[in-house]
Amino acid sequence: MSATTSSPPDTAISSRGLAKSYRIATSGRSHDRLSEALVARVRRPFHRREFETFDALHDLSFDIPWGEAVGIVGRNGAGKSTLLKILTRITAPSGGRVELGGRVGSLLEVGTGFHPELTGRENIYLNGSLLGMGRSEIKRRFDDIVRFSGVEKFLDTPVKRYSSGMYVRLAFSVAAHLETEILAIDEVLAVGDAEFQRKSLDKMRDVAKDGRAVLYVSHQMQTVTTLCTSAMFLDRGRLVHHGTVDDVMAAYRDSFTSFRESQEDVRRRPGSGLIRFARVTTPEVREPVDDTVITFEVGANPEIVGKYFVTCHVRDQRGVIVTQCDSRLVSQWFDPSEPHGGEVRIKDLWLQPGLYTVDMYLCQAGVFDEWQAAATFEVLPHLPYPEVVIEDGIFGAVLCDFDYEAW
Amino acid sequence: MTTARIVITPPRRLNVPRWREVWEAREIFYSFGVRDIVLRYRQTAIGVAWVVLQPLVTAAIFAIVFGRVAGLPTGGVPYFLFAFAGTAAWTVFSGVLTRAAPSLVANQALVSKVFFPRVVVPLSVVMSVLLDFVVSLALFAVLLAVNGVNPGWAVLALPLWTLCALALGSGIGLAASAIMVKYRDVQYVLPWLVQVLMYATPVAYSLDAVPAGLSWWFEANPLTWLMECFRWSMLGTAAPPAWQVAGLLGASAVAVVGGLLVFQRREREFADLI
Repeated sequence: MSATTSSPPDTAISSRGLAKSYRIATSGRSHDRLSEALVARVRRPFHRREFETFDALHDLSFDIPWGEAVGIVGRNGAGKSTLLKILTRITAPSGGRVELGGRVGSLLEVGTGFHPELTGRENIYLNGSLLGMGRSEIKRRFDDIVRFSGVEKFLDTPVKRYSSGMYVRLAFSVAAHLETEILAIDEVLAVGDAEFQRKSLDKMRDVAKDGRAVLYVSHQMQTVTTLCTSAMFLDRGRLVHHGTVDDVMAAYRDSFTSFRESQEDVRRRPGSGLIRFARVTTPEVREPVDDTVITFEVGANPEIVGKYFVTCHVRDQRGVIVTQCDSRLVSQWFDPSEPHGGEVRIKDLWLQPGLYTVDMYLCQAGVFDEWQAAATFEVLPHLPYPEVVIEDGIFGAVLCDFDYEAW
Repeated sequence: MTTARIVITPPRRLNVPRWREVWEAREIFYSFGVRDIVLRYRQTAIGVAWVVLQPLVTAAIFAIVFGRVAGLPTGGVPYFLFAFAGTAAWTVFSGVLTRAAPSLVANQALVSKVFFPRVVVPLSVVMSVLLDFVVSLALFAVLLAVNGVNPGWAVLALPLWTLCALALGSGIGLAASAIMVKYRDVQYVLPWLVQVLMYATPVAYSLDAVPAGLSWWFEANPLTWLMECFRWSMLGTAAPPAWQVAGLLGASAVAVVGGLLVFQRREREFADLI
């Protein structure tokens, strides 16, 4: 952080000791109303409110050279979006220093500057200026923007009458014609429109090829691997790994493993512990169309009255529960007086390629054992269809078995 | 890449705006201003006529209530003209203030997702307020000619008083908009406060109508000085004393600097709070 560690001048982004902390009031409530704040001040004029600080980012130092497309990965709450918000200067850091080699444009939020009452033309100017384009710059690119968006006919119609597709296309083409030196894309915020995501990714490729710099926040290892030239792995606000995509992905995978390992210790697992899983296993790798088979072993506890049931959650990389398999639904109960082995077989579920974790529960009236990430498996990036036509994968939460017929 | 390097550091205690960035954001200022103007009268039946109608009706009501019913003095100027000049000037101040204050909260999607100097948002309301004032002035010029009133050379000082009204309004408006990000009370208190201020300031009545025992109270109000200056330039009434003119200029400067300081001090938390 001292002046001697100043960064080389030819980097796109240089960060030294970057930190962001939020203050959370611990003594008393936070005052949302002026009257409350005033009353509190009058009552205890010399009382200083106590705060607990929550470190969203902790001592981040890194350099990003020009021409790099950097993927930023990490679990939910790792600080990825906060980092992007600081780099795009939406929020201020609470410590450290960042140097940017140029303007940062973001595809975080397309169309935020759009006003529904204004026409397409007026919105192009408004949004362009918000993104940092000068009036002459917008004028110069105006025709390109309009052509790219394909809304020529409706330029003088208020955008509130646009279809949502037209709206997004116009918004995106304004952002896409912004020539900033650094481009930031947050996948989480860009979800919703498949077409738009595809266009953002294409745009990202072009930008990096031009020798500019791209930051890409993602949960999808697949896209990071195919599009990025290097990657950063954030964990609980710290930069754990910064290097080649392969190394970072390995570290990211390991983090899942280490969490899994911590959960193998029964003392760290939630639940009453009257009865616990001894082992949960599943094949590590599978094809999308394969059955998911999870085998488990449970100990015995003769003191438990009545039978218990088993339930299992399959989560994708974002932590979304893809499916729940509760043994009660198929009227399977287990007798606690003796140890059991068993298996869950999930049939006819075609999973998207990616990493999945399995959470296992032993329950009766309450939870005996809750084993998060009891097993993990990877679905290989092979699409189970006879033809390969789409390069980046297929949209949707899951894949499905479908047919077309022509009449 | 020859662009100047941008340095991001934690804000200091005294967070002075980066003037170069504010200057570069003039396009945004302009776009916001145009947006406000275009939006206000789109999908309205008589559109821009509202700009003309509002001050006319307000002035007429004031002329009836204060001139006819209460029979207050104006120093020889027709009451309608007197009230019109007062409301037009007052609207510059109150218009900027009441539109600037909710502007940040109204644009919260932008504030939490796009970067640009935040000061631009509350300041951009100046454009639409000025446009209204210019329209009112044109109408006022016609009214002056019809009534045969000549304000004389004092009219040349009008831009200065307009600047003061803008400074007072935007200074308080900046502070109010920043405080409103955290405390939404402002949106309820402010309109009421502006109304109270309007009656406490000689807008629709003249300072001569104020009882002598209370007049020191009125004369201590910077907005009174503002109204006196405006009326001197618009109606050719007696020139305000020099201390009032000096006081007005001082108060305007204090309002702008103070408002900016309050705003900049809170700017760092906008995106986290809004």
